[in-house]
This record gives sequence, C-alpha cells and structure tokens, in this order.
Amino acid sequence: MNVPDTLRYTGTHEWVRREPDGTLSVGITNHAQDVLGELVFVELPAVGRQVLGGDACAVVESVKAAADVYAPLAGEVVAVNSALKDAPGQVNKDPYGAWLFRLKPAGEADLSRLLDAAAYEKSST
Amino acid sequence: MNRTPLHAEHLAAGAKLVEFAGWEMPLHYGSQIEEHHAVRGDAGVFDVSHMLALDVEGEGARAFLSRALANDVRRLRRPGNALYSCLLAEDGGILDDLIAYRLEETRFRLVVNAATADSDLAWLERQRSGTLQLRPRRDLAMLAVQGPHAREKLGLALPELRAAAEPLEAFCGAGHDGAFVARTGYTGEEGLELMLPVARAADAWQRLLAAGVRPCGLGARDTLRLEAGLLLYGQDMDSDVTPLECGLAWTVDPASPRDFLGKQALLSRARRFQALGLVLETQGGLMRAHQAVRSSRGEGMVTSGGFSPTLQASIALARLPPESRPGERVQVAVRDKLRDARIVRPPFVRHGRILV
Repeated sequence: MNVPDTLRYTGTHEWVRREPDGTLSVGITNHAQDVLGELVFVELPAVGRQVLGGDACAVVESVKAAADVYAPLAGEVVAVNSALKDAPGQVNKDPYGAWLFRLKPAGEADLSRLLDAAAYEKSST
Repeated sequence: MNRTPLHAEHLAAGAKLVEFAGWEMPLHYGSQIEEHHAVRGDAGVFDVSHMLALDVEGEGARAFLSRALANDVRRLRRPGNALYSCLLAEDGGILDDLIAYRLEETRFRLVVNAATADSDLAWLERQRSGTLQLRPRRDLAMLAVQGPHAREKLGLALPELRAAAEPLEAFCGAGHDGAFVARTGYTGEEGLELMLPVARAADAWQRLLAAGVRPCGLGARDTLRLEAGLLLYGQDMDSDVTPLECGLAWTVDPASPRDFLGKQALLSRARRFQALGLVLETQGGLMRAHQAVRSSRGEGMVTSGGFSPTLQASIALARLPPESRPGERVQVAVRDKLRDARIVRPPFVRHGRILV
C-alpha cells in the first residue's frame, strides 16, 4: 500500500503535511480514494473558517459513495485547493499531491499525536 | 467465493475485484467512468457469467412457463425470440426478474440473477411436473457486448458469429455451433449478449479486446442500467413489491384469461406507490438507496441512486406516492441535508441521448 512515511495520518484516512510556512496541508489517503472509487465532486470549506480537531470540513463524493473529511487538528482554514472543483479525479490520480485544504494550527501543532505511516498502515488493513 | 471462467482475464486486464452475490467480479479496470462512456459511445464487454442460464426442456415446457412466469411466454412465437419477465410468488411479490429465450419448439432458456439463482431453481423445481427437465448451464459463459459499435466489433472479433448476429432484430437471438447470441442487454444501448461454452470464453474475450472492445466492470454496468431506467433486483424490486408498483406493469396482464402464479394477488392487492426517476437539482449530493423522499403528496424512498456520468448529476429510481407526476419537485434526505430533486419518467438516457 502507498503510505509515504514523510506524512502523518488520522484514523479517518486523512493525511497531513507540515508546509515550510507552518500551515498544515490535508488530503485523503490512497486507501481512502481506492475505497471510495472515482471522485466526481469535492466540497471544500470556506477560507477563514475555524475548526476543531475532528470537525467535518470537506466532502468527497464518488460515483457511488460520499464521505466527510475531518480536520486533523484545531485551526483556521487558510487555503483550499479550488482546482479540484473542476478536476476531482486528481485526488484518485495523485492522492498525496491533491491536498484539499490548509490549516493554520491553533497554537503549537503537535503532529506526533497523529499516526505515523506504520501505525496508519496497521490501522487501515 | 465463486469465480467465472474469465477470472484470469480480469486479472490480466487489471481489474479491481469485489465480492458480488458470492462471486468475485470486476468492479472496474481502472476507470468505471471511462468504461461507462465507452459503452455510450463505442463498445464495451461485461463478463456476466455469474448469472445463471437455466434450460427448460420437454413436452410441457411452454405450458409450464406460461404458468410460472408473469409475462406471457406465448409471445415467444418463434425460436430465438426473447422476453423479459418477473417470477412472482403467490402473493404477487417479485422473486426475480429474468430473460426467457425460446431456443427450440420445446426448449427454453431462462437467464436469472446470480443472487437468486439457487432459490429460483428450487422454486421452479417445486412447480415442475412430469418429464420436464430443468438444467442449470454452468457449462456456459456469458458476455454482454454493448454500445453503438458493439455489433460491428463483435463481427470483426468473432467472424464465425457474424452471420448469426448481424440480421438479429431487437430481443431476438440465434444459435451457432454451441454458442447463442442475442440482441439484448442492460445498458440502454444497442448490443449483444453471448453465451458460449466455458472452454471458448477466454479466447472470445481476448479477441473482443483485441478488436477494441473495452472491458467494463460492475460499476459501469450499474451506472449504465440506472441511466437506462432498468431495475436492479434486490434494490428496485424484491419480494415485498409487485410488478405494478415498480414500473413493470407492461410485463404483466392480470386481465388476460391466462392463469399464472401471483395473478390473483395482482388483481386484489392495493398499489401503494409507483416507481419514477429523480434528478438532483443541486451540485454535489449523492442519492442512494434507502434515502427518504418527501413531497406534497407524501413520503417515498430512493431504491437505487448514484452519479450519472452522462448527465453529470446524481440520479435515482424511487418509490413515490401513486399520485406523483413527472415535473413535480420533491426533497431527498441526502446525508444531513434535504436536497431538491425533480421527478422524471425513466429512462434518463437511451442510445447515447439524454431524455430528461
């Protein structure tokens, strides 16, 4: 299974990457896109929205299923990947490149509380 | 889990396999949306060998089926003719839907759903009498070649079947050297369904792919049949509903003098709802089976739904109050929201064209 060890993960199949500016990019894992099937619609949060860890803040829909995407940590949505609106299939083609939204974490983001690649792989099999 | 004779071919073509009614079947071969468009615009092939061909042979075959099937097998005037029918319980509920082919004067073939194959066979065995034979044909593989170029490409790939396939009228079939080809399908497009001995299946599959016919999985099969307004047994119909309640009134004639199983119940049971189509009017939101529908006329339920690659919107088949009319608005409970949808009369798409 494709689970890069440079990323952190949640038990609900999001991946998280810390960007050089300190924001956190969030997407869905290869496993998640594979289970959902080809995406046909992505609903992204409003920029500026404050979220708590575990809040549903995006929706991904495939031909046959829809799923919430949860905020991995508390923070403010500072950017969304609008290009996905016209090309949701990009999430299937490149799940770790096609981020959905970026969070500016509230306070010090402790990514060590999230799963590492080995732990995620174990939890999702 | 059961495997069809084409299992190795599916693996070779890169299939993602899933369990379906006890069978390991291809869901897609990379992109179910591209497979869908291939059938609408060109040609695709589905392995449908999980379905069961059941031959009914003997002197009383026609009389037996005339009673056992809700549609009238006497419409099968000549060998090769095909008929869509429900198999009804005594209470009028639908046990299965099937295609009946007349192969010879006293030999018929039923093609039934995989999930209900065993119970159908047991049910028919109980109705059977005399010298009549019911013969499951697991020695046959079944391929559905569908799309506007299906006939032409099948003729190129399998020239030995061209003479049998080319002159076929809609809903007719013909045999050739142990194979049987019919102009039937489940996609809303032109196409052929092919039954042939298991040992010849892989070769036929490979030749079809070599002729440019795209392998298609159950994912595309479902979106194609949904767009075509064709019902799926176990979702849009089951033993709780009658043909009159799910848009299949055209397959039964309770007023005819012919007696058939379930007829009395059809004459006496009240019609509780009717089956119609829905198109979601919002962008995003996916209609799925079991979602509640609300309208000014009462409550309803989605029986199957999904994303339509042709309409680029979510569509569904639904049970609605009997007074509901196409053009009216309803609301569907999609996850945590009520979303607006428009009632339409299926099919949504036929022969590549949007009809709603």
